[in-house]
Amino acid sequence: MRALATREVAIVAFAQTRHTPHDTGLTEPELILPVINEVKERTGLKRFGFTCSGSCDYLAGAPFSFVSALDALAAWPPISESHVEMDGAWALYEAWVRLQHGDIDSALVYGFGKSSLGDLRRIMTLQLDPYYLAPLGLDQLSYAALQAAAVGADRKELDEIVRRSRADGRANPYALDLPDPERGEDEPLAVRPLKLTDVPPITDGAAAIVLATGDLARELSDNPAYIRGIAHRIEPHYLGMRDLARSASAADAARAAGVGKGPVEVAELHTQFPHEEIILREALELTGDTVINPSGGPLAANPVMATGLIRIGEAAQRILDGRARRTVAHAAGGPCLQHNLVTVLEA
Amino acid sequence: MPSDPLVAQHVLEFPGGYTRTTGPVIGRFLSELRGRRIVGARTAEGRVLVPPLEYDPATGEPVTGEYVEVGPAGTVTAWAWVHEPLDGHPLDRPFAWALIKLDGADTALVHAVCPEHPKAMEAGMRVWPIWRDQPTGHITDISYFAPEVTKIVSNVRSEYRLQAGGALRVFFEGIQRGVFLGGRCDQCDKVYVPYRAACPECGGVIPETRELPDTGTITTFAINNLPDPRAPQVPFVSAYILLDHADIPMIALIGDVPAHEVRQGMRVKAVWVPESERTASMANIRWFAPTGEPDVELS
Repeated sequence: MRALATREVAIVAFAQTRHTPHDTGLTEPELILPVINEVKERTGLKRFGFTCSGSCDYLAGAPFSFVSALDALAAWPPISESHVEMDGAWALYEAWVRLQHGDIDSALVYGFGKSSLGDLRRIMTLQLDPYYLAPLGLDQLSYAALQAAAVGADRKELDEIVRRSRADGRANPYALDLPDPERGEDEPLAVRPLKLTDVPPITDGAAAIVLATGDLARELSDNPAYIRGIAHRIEPHYLGMRDLARSASAADAARAAGVGKGPVEVAELHTQFPHEEIILREALELTGDTVINPSGGPLAANPVMATGLIRIGEAAQRILDGRARRTVAHAAGGPCLQHNLVTVLEA
Repeated sequence: MPSDPLVAQHVLEFPGGYTRTTGPVIGRFLSELRGRRIVGARTAEGRVLVPPLEYDPATGEPVTGEYVEVGPAGTVTAWAWVHEPLDGHPLDRPFAWALIKLDGADTALVHAVCPEHPKAMEAGMRVWPIWRDQPTGHITDISYFAPEVTKIVSNVRSEYRLQAGGALRVFFEGIQRGVFLGGRCDQCDKVYVPYRAACPECGGVIPETRELPDTGTITTFAINNLPDPRAPQVPFVSAYILLDHADIPMIALIGDVPAHEVRQGMRVKAVWVPESERTASMANIRWFAPTGEPDVELS
């Protein structure tokens, strides 16, 4: 395959809310406003060449709820804006593609979600195909448990992933304070083999990222986090058409993004359940030298529709802070890691 | 409605539901379900997709238009156990979600499996569809899958009339009087109880009965945790009791003592029902109870 010349795009600012495990009563624009203002202040930019957001109307149960979120942006005079009904990570991908056109040099990306408002487990049924899966009432924990069963991972390894994620989350001021799982084998079951402690916490939150190209990126940040590779791949929707024990699409995306072209210091993975980390480590060919989800990851804070964008932000922040030179972020969508986006960031 | 005036209930609903067209492939599958058949679509490469899709996910090519009846049985490849079903799940009692590779299919169907017990679930198990009474052309025309029939229950009951004659009748007549009757084989020098007409060792005739005391020693015992109509409670103890002067132990219940205190070598005595209630039956002896004498060393 011929490599395409791409324009150099960097992440120059990242902000996220202090995520909450309950509804604080803020409207979506009120939830987003602080993180939008934070990245505007940090970059000094008031206007952006392009703006793109990711969210899901079913979380709030209101059609076009993302439109009212524009109130947080100062969208007058009119701005060039787009939205994906997907995690904000895919909004970032769209903005990256838009920046490749060459006519603009900055973009604002944000993602947000309040999963506290409804029953997320059953709302997630609505993403399934309406003929074969949704009529069975197959819910989020049930299909995740089917994948966990297909992986058949060692219980101790899964428990250790949860323990490590929660401990890292407690050290992260933006993530939730969740206790160490204490009951071991006696931890109550969600849908076997998933235990309740394997289930990501219901979380409300938002995140924003500013992308910039060329000279502007170097102007706005001392250590821009350059996107050296970004790619997403998708698999058949129907669970029975896939090998649930592995993720061919994550592996393809990782190859296309060039994960293996150098050492990976940190990988922020969109692992909502501990068995997904085992699948993704294999798919991304991560070694023991890579620190996985030092933020705590989704098992410590899972503001749905922002969780994947936060992975990119957390991976970028390590480079913006000068703490790492090469990091990887992963975002997922659809049931059982159907759709995977991999981003390689370098100093 | 929530009681806090600043909290409102909000419902998102499409009354009557969406009407969706099925397209020819899904429509064929659902129509076959209505006829209680499960079909897959054959791909250009010869694989059978179940449930069928219009395009082969492996190649993007349209499927061939050939439909292949599969199953109805299949093999579970992975499963997850739901111990608390949600509204909208296929069953209102605990069940498993499973990936089921139907016979003749190259892909797996996602559906519910309902065994009698979760221990019956395992990868590789064979399952068969349980159809709903009135199929309408919907994935839920299959209510769920059930494990393959691998065993049945056969009931046996015959009635008999037993009569105690011979030596047993002699023994029971003793029991009616409140004594245990045994017999001694002079040749083998052994005392048997209950009384029997011939020695089981040498075959010699035992012409006379011999009265034995109703005291003895426990040689071995078992603690039973299943109820028995003859036993005083659960757990109860049944024991081998070597009556004094006998050489062969009898089996009987032990009572008037907690099960965990019963031991080998324990001295016991029969507890008889009152004389007025006695019949020619072992029911005359409620059980054996400890005498309180020191234990006996068993040889």
